Amino acid sequence: MTKKERFPIVHIVGFLLSIAMTFLALIIALKTDFSKNTIMTFLGILAFGQAGLQLFMFMHMNEGEEGKAKIVHTVYAIFMAIVIVVGSIYVMTAGHPIH
Amino acid sequence: MANKTNPSLPLEYQSEQGKLNILGFWVFIGAEIILFATLFAVYGVLGVRHAGGPTQADIFVIKEVVIQTLLLLTSSFTAGIVMWELRRNNQKGINIWLVITLLLGAGFLIMEINEFQHYYELGATLQTSAAMSSLFTLLGTHGAHVTVGIGWGLLLILQLSKHKLTPKTASKLHIFTLYWHFLDVVWIFIFTYVYLAGVL
Amino acid sequence: MDIKWDKILVTGEPMILASQIAIVLTLLGVILGITYLKKWKYLWTEWFTTVDHKRIGIMYIILAVLMFFRGGVDGLMMRTQTAVANNTFLDAQHYNEVFTTHGVIMILFMAMPILMGIINIILPLQIGARDVAFPHLNAMSFWITFAGAMLFNLSFVVGGSPDAGWTSYFPLAGKEFSPGIGNNYYMVGIQIAGIGTLMSGINFIITIFKMRTKGMSLFKMPMFPWTVLVMSLIIIIAFPIFTVALLLGTLDRIYGTHFFTVAGGGLDMLWANLFWLWGHPEVYIVILPAFGIYSEIIPTFSKKTLFGYKSMVWAVVIISCLSMLVWVHHFYTMGVGPVVNSIFSITTMAISVPTGIKMFNWLFTMRKGRIEFAPPMMWSLAFIPTFLIGGVTGVMLAMAAADFQYHNTMFLVAHFHYTLIPGVVYAVFAAIYYWWPKVWGFKLNERIAKWHFWLFNIGMNLTFFPMFFAGLDGAVRRSYTYSADASFAPWMFVSFIGALFLAAGFASFVWNLVWSIKNRKDLAVSHDPWNARTLEWATASPVPAYNFAVQPEVDRLDPFWHMKKSKEGLTLKKEDIKPIHMPSNSGMPFVMGIIFMITGFLFVFELTIPAFIGVAGIFACMIYRALDYNDGYHISTEEIIQTERTWREVK
Repeated sequence: MTKKERFPIVHIVGFLLSIAMTFLALIIALKTDFSKNTIMTFLGILAFGQAGLQLFMFMHMNEGEEGKAKIVHTVYAIFMAIVIVVGSIYVMTAGHPIH
Repeated sequence: MANKTNPSLPLEYQSEQGKLNILGFWVFIGAEIILFATLFAVYGVLGVRHAGGPTQADIFVIKEVVIQTLLLLTSSFTAGIVMWELRRNNQKGINIWLVITLLLGAGFLIMEINEFQHYYELGATLQTSAAMSSLFTLLGTHGAHVTVGIGWGLLLILQLSKHKLTPKTASKLHIFTLYWHFLDVVWIFIFTYVYLAGVL
Repeated sequence: MDIKWDKILVTGEPMILASQIAIVLTLLGVILGITYLKKWKYLWTEWFTTVDHKRIGIMYIILAVLMFFRGGVDGLMMRTQTAVANNTFLDAQHYNEVFTTHGVIMILFMAMPILMGIINIILPLQIGARDVAFPHLNAMSFWITFAGAMLFNLSFVVGGSPDAGWTSYFPLAGKEFSPGIGNNYYMVGIQIAGIGTLMSGINFIITIFKMRTKGMSLFKMPMFPWTVLVMSLIIIIAFPIFTVALLLGTLDRIYGTHFFTVAGGGLDMLWANLFWLWGHPEVYIVILPAFGIYSEIIPTFSKKTLFGYKSMVWAVVIISCLSMLVWVHHFYTMGVGPVVNSIFSITTMAISVPTGIKMFNWLFTMRKGRIEFAPPMMWSLAFIPTFLIGGVTGVMLAMAAADFQYHNTMFLVAHFHYTLIPGVVYAVFAAIYYWWPKVWGFKLNERIAKWHFWLFNIGMNLTFFPMFFAGLDGAVRRSYTYSADASFAPWMFVSFIGALFLAAGFASFVWNLVWSIKNRKDLAVSHDPWNARTLEWATASPVPAYNFAVQPEVDRLDPFWHMKKSKEGLTLKKEDIKPIHMPSNSGMPFVMGIIFMITGFLFVFELTIPAFIGVAGIFACMIYRALDYNDGYHISTEEIIQTERTWREVK
């Protein structure tokens, strides 16, 4: 935990990777000819990837005495977040009311 | 609080209350994840309902969004440097990088206010349609969180100058940086699912 | 803005006028009484500024009992109106207001606060801790909840009650169909109370994770803290959803947005979706601590360890996971289609399985035990068959195709009262009778308790069982009257009689409190009047500010029971006692509560600029707190020894 780093390597790597993933997403979105679904799939992977990267490299999610508890709790929240987003969109668009 | 100093731990974990506060804030972040998820869900459902008014493609200026993204991302990086300086016990370094973080955040906010102004001029307001209501509420909630964060950061600079580096101020700093990083993580999803998706 | 300034004070209704006068007189009476008795300083230093979890818990319970009275009167008024056909006791508008406030108050301002109160008092004691993780935040939770409750209660005399049901569905709840400010009270009052609840959720999670006494691993923790832990995790997930929904509802009503208003592309069903995404987990938030209470009382009064502890824990965890996946069963009939309905039917029916496991474990706990019919146990025994009725009718409702017949009839009303009342209310009564001696040092009167029990049970069943038949006979929900030739008319009258019994039962309960407090010297008991099993009983009654002079070390379930059997850990040694650190009292939570109330009031009346000044005030309180580096104080060893010697040996 107390890695007295000479240089904030983890942060710099995280930063550069985040920038790279951001620009990759931009290029895929604006400069390619894939279908909307394909683009959104790539974008989704990049978004969740960058978020995970930042959670571990910037926020030290696995650090501390309660590192495991933090991860379990955050993963549970993310899972529920997906249920809410996907569930709501599915429920709201499945039947009569939306049309 | 009972100050059992275990010097092998980083400063912010050296008090019992500090440990509790940090863990408690992670739980709060779980709640914030759900808050933003709900706003995303609402945007996901309503974002296509324009009631004949302006669409996202009509109003978004991706170039500006990219600059905003870089500002916020860099500020998240510099917030990380704040923690690195904390681990080196360098109060001067903490102050410098903290100020830079807040300036970058302020830059992000100014651009966002400009962006809203621009949308308003194009006839896209909170009341124009379901899509616009949900767009502005999602972006606005994030922006409000950044605003609170800047105020919080300024207060921290004040406290650091008065109380210097102690387990208590260290844990406060840690919690602030967690909050600030989290706001950038949320922005990744806004960038992807609001802006990029909106111009496809 | 549609505010009729000359109609701010609700007039023209004799009952409301009587209430307005009564409120003013009561307030004056209370203020004058406290002044006469010169108790303001005492109230401020000992109660309004306290950060002690036990005192905060007591304040929560007092709030909840008052709210129980109001919610109960609402219920009685409804049953009176529907006792006979074409009744004129309440007109349609007032009936709508009454069923709205009845629902909101009973769930959000009675059940939640009373459970929070019980948890606040007992949880730290059961895990051998000295307080919750964040005592100051705890105080804020209470005063913010109090602010929301007071704001909501103000509505029927100032500005008008909300009247769109406790579920406040759009488009009815929107500005177009509810142009007054009544439903603003709903959006704002509940929003404020919700903030308090979220804070408590965070507090309890960290308390349970980090402050358990030595040796108490998670799987050696009693069931009540387990249910509190799981409840708190559900709160973290569910309440932010409601926060957003209420925010969007406020924006739609006051600021012309189009989330749920159909003009402009909004979707009214989206409100129902968000509401129930919160609303279903909410009922599990209230039922799980209730289950935890039964899991404490049943073993104690059967003189046996809880049967199947591990399966009880897993059942609670599974219930909580499933509870987040069933919400659409509240609106099968809104047109989501057969595929969605089928998915949610399955998840809904699945929840009955872990719940059933818990029921069987309680029964097996009692089997071959030595049952003592004390008041707490009586309530727990009544819970089992009564809740069962609620549970099985829930499975009936879970079947989407069948639900098209039951939905929004009195059948549904009967179902949820048969789960909420035996589930939550009986548990609360049981908990009060059980833990009252720990808090105050004397028991409640057992004879009056029996009157309370029988009147309330008879009342409960008489009121709600006929509703199953009325519903199947076509009686719809939320309807202020019905025609004289309705076949369900007799059932409605029986319900009314039942409501009178319920009122008598509640009155007996209040009488018990009054009588017992008056005669407390005769009812005084030791620190362990029930010969109980868990750590909260290993303290003096009433519990001193620091809870445990020395935090006990445990190595198994039912630690206090084993301490008594092996006669270990019951006396103290002087050398083990050290000064105990305590957090300082603070007036900030109280002040913040007041500011929340005023700010909320301003938002309700759509005075945005003044309201934002209030918001600035809230931030000012937070800044004050952030800059407060006060580090508490210590209780000296001598004082601890002196206190401990009043009830046990200190060598």
